[in-house]
Parts: sequence; structure tokens; C-alpha cells
Amino acid sequence: MSENNNNAEKYWQANLRLILGSLVVWALASYGCAILLRPMLSGIHIGGTDLGFWFAQQGSIIVFIILTFFYAWRMNKLDEEFGLQE
Amino acid sequence: MDQFTINLLFVGSSFALYFGIAIWARAGSTKEFYVAGGGVHPVLNGMATAADWMSAASFISMAGLIAAGGYANSTFLMGWTGGYVLLAMLLAPYLRKFGKFTVPDFIGDRFYSQTARLVAVACLIIASVTYVIGQMTGAGVAFSRFLEVDNDTGLIIAAVVVFFYAVLGGMKGITYTQVAQYVVLIIAYTIPAVFISLQLTDTFIPAIGLFSNHTESGIPLLQKLDEVVRELGFQDYTADVDNKLNMILFTLSLMIGTAGLPHVIIRFFTVPKVADARWSAGWALVFIALLYLTAPAVASMARLNLLTTIYPSGPTEQPIEYAERPDWVQTWETTGLIKFEDKNGDGRVQFYNDVPAFQEEATARGWEGNELDVNRDILVLANPEIANLPSWVIGLIAAGGLAAALSTAAGLLLAISSAISHDLIKGSINPNISDKGELKVARVSMFVAIVVATYLGMNPPGFAAQVVALAFGIAGASLFPALMMGIFSKRVNGTGAIAGMLAGLVCTLVYIFLFLGWFFIPGTASFANTPDNWLFGISPLSFGAVGAVINFVVAFTVSSMTAPPPKEIQDLVESVRYPQGAGGAVDH
Repeated sequence: MSENNNNAEKYWQANLRLILGSLVVWALASYGCAILLRPMLSGIHIGGTDLGFWFAQQGSIIVFIILTFFYAWRMNKLDEEFGLQE
Repeated sequence: MDQFTINLLFVGSSFALYFGIAIWARAGSTKEFYVAGGGVHPVLNGMATAADWMSAASFISMAGLIAAGGYANSTFLMGWTGGYVLLAMLLAPYLRKFGKFTVPDFIGDRFYSQTARLVAVACLIIASVTYVIGQMTGAGVAFSRFLEVDNDTGLIIAAVVVFFYAVLGGMKGITYTQVAQYVVLIIAYTIPAVFISLQLTDTFIPAIGLFSNHTESGIPLLQKLDEVVRELGFQDYTADVDNKLNMILFTLSLMIGTAGLPHVIIRFFTVPKVADARWSAGWALVFIALLYLTAPAVASMARLNLLTTIYPSGPTEQPIEYAERPDWVQTWETTGLIKFEDKNGDGRVQFYNDVPAFQEEATARGWEGNELDVNRDILVLANPEIANLPSWVIGLIAAGGLAAALSTAAGLLLAISSAISHDLIKGSINPNISDKGELKVARVSMFVAIVVATYLGMNPPGFAAQVVALAFGIAGASLFPALMMGIFSKRVNGTGAIAGMLAGLVCTLVYIFLFLGWFFIPGTASFANTPDNWLFGISPLSFGAVGAVINFVVAFTVSSMTAPPPKEIQDLVESVRYPQGAGGAVDH
């Protein structure tokens, strides 16, 4: 029983780490590159404007898609590793 | 065939399709009415979620707001997609594992309290009704244009159609019709955008065209647009924003609102497994992104086309004469959403930014005020006409706009009606109500919700996408934190969650009502809605994020001062964290 609990606890910790890492990327793409860091990135030109504008209107959305699929793939694998899949 | 007949044909056949599917899949039992029997494939579920999600606000209103605000309004793009990341990681899989029908079900059980359940019902109803107001605003615009009637008449027709549609279907009807609606709306949105992108930039994909050269002038499209708007006294399209705090809070409000809106969460109860709930969120985002990556291109290209129509020889030359205005301006004038007033009596249409900074230049050119008032909500629907696209494209976009408004309004009405019939009546007031009685209550509450929304939609507290943004703020400040704490903390107890939800909801509502009118009734605002009056420069649209922080702080503080939740609740929290043994959505 205690081994089971231990296993479950590890699974949950791994999930929390994965969420935290993903949310860092999530925040960097949107609040970072697209908003706060835009003045810093203004030197990088892209189609008549700068990288920050691209992140605000395209880049962040693309990052979000990659993140959700990455999370789904990684978690479903984790479910199997810990034998917790349905 | 004239344009009116073509519109009728497109809209009529798309409606026939939706109603056909709704009747074919007509809900029999209450369980089917709410969650489609729990057996929908993740890709289809993602598509239906996308249609449910992309409402009149995304389809009709958003690009118009981006066109007007430029970079500053990128918040809508990031906010309404970034929320899916939160949903996929923080809520969807665990709520699926929990396996009940509704959001108040979870909050009531997790916080072991009827009061918590009722507070959640109240939050849900307030957020959803606000959202429906925004939908009705957008649907009113679409119907008024397509039937060529004034805006209020369009709104009433929209209300009748939405009501019959939602009552007839239930969730199963809605899931499959929404797949059809997604297909209609994405085609309708993309085709005109591709045409216009080809016209302006010779680029097939609008999202790439946005960053390509403007064919006519040879300089980048965005640079060209900046130059044109600058000549007319507007701020540069790509200009940076000074108030970054407000921009961040607004984006965050939209994101947590996305994750906290009951009609989206309810979608994740309809997949068979926890793993599928994770994939579903990803697929929903892909289908949403197809429109969201195109929207900024539509926005900038439509703005440029609009200005080119009014200033055919360039912004420094004379604008067109009113008598020679294009047909689309005339049709939109009948809806009352474009207004012209010849202030300087020269018979020409002066359209510019009437601000003190531009006063000198305007006077020098003999202009006595901006003469053209274009409602931002019409831009997407008028876009193909502005670009002189063939009439079938115009018919298509009318059908798409209506699909977007209808699907979301129906999904929301379902969330409202299930909250009232299932959570309020069956859950607390009369647990012995029959299946049939429950369905009846569900339909009556849909009717009441749509009457309220239509009434308030006639004088909306903002453009469709802005009203919808308010709904997100409300959901984000009240439901999202409660759901998240319910999953990620074993320590937050019933008292804490109730206090948190109430604090978040009340603070956010009061702040919104102060600036936009009490209960959105026109003329009752306590302060003018201008940045000078806002607390720390935070707009009412952005306040949901602050409300959420208040919610978290209050909930944790109150919980730490009261007894921890009982053992069986801690076990419940434990069990939602692990996918094994999820089973189907259970009736009770």
C-alpha cells in the first residue's frame, strides 16, 4: 500500500514539474516576447515590423499549440510508466 | 441573382443542415441532453469545442477590434488561445476523471457544501448571461445585414432562431451540428481572407501575407498601413502600448476566463477517457488557431482596404464623394451601423481620427470633424464587399457569421439551463423531479435567459467581443480559482472556497458596473469609462485577473483559519489526480 502511495506521489510530482515548465514557456511566449520584452526585441525585423508584434499575433498561438500537444503526449506516456493509464 | 437571394440561399441551406442534424440526433434522455452519452472522438470533440468556443465575438467582432486597435488588441488573440494551455494542464483531465455533468457538481462535491454549489451556479449564470449578451449583439449585426433590416429587428429574429435551435437539440444534437458549423464557419472565414491576401500581397496564406510586401507599393503591408493611418491622425497600427500592466491583466483575464467558462469545460466531460481530454484540448486549439492565425491578417487588410476605398488616390488626397459611395456602404446604412454626416458640407466623406493632436492638419484641409461612423462589429462581414469579392463569397460569410453566433449561443443556453434545472432544482430545491420535469425547467430557463440577453443586447455595454471579454473576466475571477484550488490543494476547505468565489465575483462585478452601468442598464454608470478614472489604469475588461488574485488570497486565508477538509474529501482530491478508474460520466 505504501509503495502504491509512493508511486502515486512521484507521478503527481512529475506532473507538477511538467506543468510548471510548460507554464514558464507559456508565459515567456505571451507575456514575455509579445508584451514586456517587445522593446528589447524591436531590433529583430520581420515583414515591416518587429519580432514582438509577430509573437503577439502569430508566434504565441503557435507556441500554445505545441505546448498542449507536448503536455498531452508526455502525460499519457507518464500514465503508462506509472501504470496509471485507463 | 441579386445579393439578397444569394445570401438567403447560403444561410438557408446551412440552417437546413444544422436543423437536420439536430432533429436526427434529437435528445431522448436527460443524460444525452447534457453530455451526448460520453462517446465523442477527441478530434470531433475538438472541432465541436472550437465551434462552440468561436462565437460571434471571434468571428464577427474580433478582427474589427484588432483592425481598430492594431498591436494593442493582440490581447484578444493571445488571451483566447492561451487559455487552452491552462485548461489542458490545470483543469480538463482532472474534471474528466471526476466524472460528473457540470461545474457546480464538482464545486459542490469537492467543497462538500450546498452553499458552494449554489454560489458556483450563481457565478456560472452571471458569466454565461453576460456572454450571451455579446453573442446576441453579434448575431443581431449579422441578421440585420443579411435580411437588410435595422439592428433591433435583426436581434429579435436572431433570438427566436437561437431559442428554437437550442431547445430542439440538447448536447448531442449540438455536438454533431457544431462539427458542421465549424466546417461552415472556418471555410467562410478563410476563403475571403485568401482572396484578399492574394489581391494585396500575392500571398496565398493570409498569416504570411500579413508579413509580406504590399504588391501595389512594394513596401511591407504593415509599413504601408502604418503610413496610411498616420496621415489620417490615427496611431500607428504596430505602435507599442504604454500601459503594459493593463495589457497583461487583460490577456490574463481572457486566459483564465477561457479555462473557467462552464460551456467549454462541459465539453471535456464528453470524451471517453482522461487521456482523450488532454488530446481534445490540443485539437480544439488547433481548430481555433486556424481562425486565430488568419484573424490578424483579416484585420490589417480590411483596415487598409477600407481606407483605400474612402481615399482612392491616397490619404493625402481628397476622399470619395458621398454620392459615389460603394453599394456596401449603402446596405450597411440601412442597418444603422454605418452613419454619415456631412459636417463641412462638401459632399465628400472625411474619415479621420478627430483628436486635438490632429486638429491643426484637419483645419488646414478644410475638415470640420470626422464624418463617417463605422461600427467595428461590421468589419468582418463587410470585408468581402469592401474588397469587391464575388457575391457567393459574401453569402458564405453571412452563413459563417450566423453559424458562429448560433453555435455558441446554443452552447451557453445549454450551460445555463443545466445549471438551473440540474444543479439548482434537482440538486437542491426538488431532488425528486422527474426526467421530464427537468427537461421542462431546462427549456423555460433557456427562454428566460434569451429574453434577458436580447433586451440587454439592444444597448450592449460594448462591441460584441468586449462584452464577451467581460464574461471571461467574471468566470476567471470566480470559477477558475475555485476549480484550480479544488484540484491542486487539499487544504482549501468549503468556507474558504465560498468566501473566495464571492470575493472574486463581487469585486469584479462592482468594478465593471461602476464603469459600464449597474447590471449593464444604459445610463447608470457611476464613472465615465476612461483610462483616467480607472484604478491603476486597469480597465473593467482586465479586472477579472485582479478578481482572481483576490479570490485565491481570500480562499487561502479563510481556509488556513478554519478546519481542513474531512478525510473523504482529501481522498476525492487524491482520486481526481490519477487517471486510473475514471469510468463514464455518472448520473446520480
